[in-house]
Amino acid sequence: MRAVSELSAILATALFIFALNWMNDPKTARRGVVAGIVGMTIAVVATWIQPEIIHHGWILLAIAAGFVVGIPLSLVPLTAVPQRTALSHAFGGLAAGLVGAAEYFLWLGEHGTGAAVEMTHFRMGALCAEVILGFLTFTGSLMAAGKLQEVKWIPQRPVTYPGQNVVNIGVLAVAAGLAVAMVLHPDAPWARTVFFVIAGLALLFGILLIIPIGGADMPTVISILNAYAGLSAVAMGFVLNSKLLVTAGALDGSSGLILSIIMCRAMNRSFTNVLFGAFGKAQPAIAAGEQKVWKQETVEGAAQLLEQARTVVIIPGYGMAVAQAQHKVAELYDALTKRGVIVKFAIHPVAGRMPGHMNVLLAEANIPYNALVEMDEINPEMPQTDVALVVGANDVVNPAARYAKSTPIYGMPIIDADKAKTVLAVKRSKNPGFAGIDNELYVLDNTWMLFGDAKAVLSDLVKQFGSGGIH
Amino acid sequence: MTSDFGSMLFVFILATFIGLGVIRRVSRLLHTPLMSITNAISAIAVVGSIVVVGADHPLGIRILGAVALFASMTNIVSGFLITDRMLKMFKKR
Repeated sequence: MRAVSELSAILATALFIFALNWMNDPKTARRGVVAGIVGMTIAVVATWIQPEIIHHGWILLAIAAGFVVGIPLSLVPLTAVPQRTALSHAFGGLAAGLVGAAEYFLWLGEHGTGAAVEMTHFRMGALCAEVILGFLTFTGSLMAAGKLQEVKWIPQRPVTYPGQNVVNIGVLAVAAGLAVAMVLHPDAPWARTVFFVIAGLALLFGILLIIPIGGADMPTVISILNAYAGLSAVAMGFVLNSKLLVTAGALDGSSGLILSIIMCRAMNRSFTNVLFGAFGKAQPAIAAGEQKVWKQETVEGAAQLLEQARTVVIIPGYGMAVAQAQHKVAELYDALTKRGVIVKFAIHPVAGRMPGHMNVLLAEANIPYNALVEMDEINPEMPQTDVALVVGANDVVNPAARYAKSTPIYGMPIIDADKAKTVLAVKRSKNPGFAGIDNELYVLDNTWMLFGDAKAVLSDLVKQFGSGGIH
Repeated sequence: MTSDFGSMLFVFILATFIGLGVIRRVSRLLHTPLMSITNAISAIAVVGSIVVVGADHPLGIRILGAVALFASMTNIVSGFLITDRMLKMFKKR
């Protein structure tokens, strides 16, 4: 039986690595899902058939409940994928925290009887790490999911107060300090109480960590929570002495780490700046001095501009997701390509609310993925572009990022929409974006605004091409 | 069972390097599905939960394990299903 579990662990690990490896290309990616499912099934079965497992009814029940909740969660609209992802980080953290707590109480209970597994300093340290990481990921991710879902009693805008960072770091430091005490004296009579305090502080820290985070920071925060969820699984592996758990957790953790780095680079910010910087408390004072006015364009005029263009670059942002406008964007794409216009999409890494958000929405709308171009590749082409059409994007096209040192977006790489010969910008309202800054793109000489809900504006635009016979 | 933390740390470091190497090459188009598939994979915590809930432990501990098993299983099911659902949509023309 021991050999079965060792072998299956090696097999499952190999399959997980293959699964991620196949994600490097959309052509092979679905094979990765199969590899992942096979690996997971092997691991579950190999654990289940171990002789010490006797409560099969309980396992069946919990697994069935997992299917009952998991299947509907996999069918959410793709615009809701960021909150689903945050929710699954929460579940991952919860599982790690609970298993950690169970292991601790198990050890406590058996401690007197002498049947206990030896609790080394290392294992106790790992256990504390598992519980802290697990529970902070749980509440942090729940908060993030709540903000993304726009749950009523969770404030959308970042909530900040004086001394916030001191409080946050203080809570974490106390939890870490108590954990060290536990590691040094696992037998102390106070250890049991301290364990509950540590778990409580971790739960509290998760909430405090997300309160000051605004919408524009969500891609980074989700990636960081992804890394925490992975690390909590690693810590669980240390506690249970399972190489399989350590490996799978490390794969998840490194994925979260890489995505966090990509997101931070795309905003020219550091981890600490995202977590302790509170993006949204931007100074609205900027640009208040020179009040330039935007020029509004009619739908007819915009359609004409697009029709006469040779190349069009569409720049989607979160506004497209909010308005569920991706299918209308696709209709416009079809209408223009039919007329011989070359249409590409410029994807900023932090457009939307999670890494890759725009790509998934546009793929859903049947836009071929070779039309989706990354920021670094599209920018050199922008000066030759006839029309840049901005759909619900804001901060990622704001030229102020290049020079306005006082704005929070300073230094952030942007899509050079302003360099296109003409800019058309679809915008829901005349309010500034999530970073709270006015966008200079909208008042440039070559920019024309189309105000309204993205879906409505685009469907009007598409109608202009209707006589030409789309569909 | 003395857990030899040396070899566990060793595995952790190596797995992290493999992870960094593999993930770095993942297409940027697929970052959302990547996150959902790694999420499903890290729900391998299911293995730990099965041991906690299935072995002959006191009731309270088995309840903790059952909730953990439910949470991991939800991640496995929804993670793999939604990853496949998203990947199906990526087509070339």
